[in-house]
Amino acid sequence: MAAGPMRIRAASNGTETEVKILMSHDMETGQRKDAAGALIPAHHITEITATHNGRVVLAGQFGPAVSKNPYLQFKFKGGAKGDKVSVSWVDNKGDKRTDEVVVS
Amino acid sequence: MNSQRREALKSAGAMGLFGALVAAGLITPEMAQAAWDKTAFDAKTMDEALKALGAGKPADSKDVQINAPDIAENGAVVPVGVKSTLPGTEFIAILIEKNPSMLAASFKLPEGTAADVSTRVKMGQTSNVFAVVKAGGSFYMSTKEIKVTLGGCGG
Repeated sequence: MAAGPMRIRAASNGTETEVKILMSHDMETGQRKDAAGALIPAHHITEITATHNGRVVLAGQFGPAVSKNPYLQFKFKGGAKGDKVSVSWVDNKGDKRTDEVVVS
Repeated sequence: MNSQRREALKSAGAMGLFGALVAAGLITPEMAQAAWDKTAFDAKTMDEALKALGAGKPADSKDVQINAPDIAENGAVVPVGVKSTLPGTEFIAILIEKNPSMLAASFKLPEGTAADVSTRVKMGQTSNVFAVVKAGGSFYMSTKEIKVTLGGCGG
């Protein structure tokens, strides 16, 4: 399944920037069975990286226990209106996606 | 197939050299994922998971807070936030004791990033949730039990 775009919001309060990310991904655990009783193979995001103007501000690793359509929220110091925050993920099948948002 | 290739080329531009190498086939997706800590995410017990994270026996700390509900109605979506007030917190991991694999997610925090991360996890059943934090070279942890009324793993 082609993953849809991430919804990212980055808001600066002058000293800190708060980033909220909603990824669109099935996050299949590999534990579930389909109607025929066959195991559905695991398919989940493994790595996520957020950068601010090219500098990494968060590097995360996900296991299959992260919820479907993962949500992530964090804060970093600095960041001004108009700066760019970019978020990329890679899943265990090698699919990847990058989305960028302007800090508001 | 063609659109996939286009997608790969597009993201190559966004991801810089690394993406370009993947697109050029020099690094296969499997190799690119070598950075994902499979040992830690496959760990079935607390001891194994902590060992894989290099955490040893973390000390309990009140400075690590787990922000989560006491009761989660839907185990498929349990909001969990971890906040640490320890100076120099550089790593946060969320572990769920009774899940098939304990480690749910881990985060590396470069300097300047607040030790305050929230996400949502799946829980198979009522379980202790652990937050393991690395600060100043040592590991600390805190525990919270979350009761689950409807499991989120299995079908």
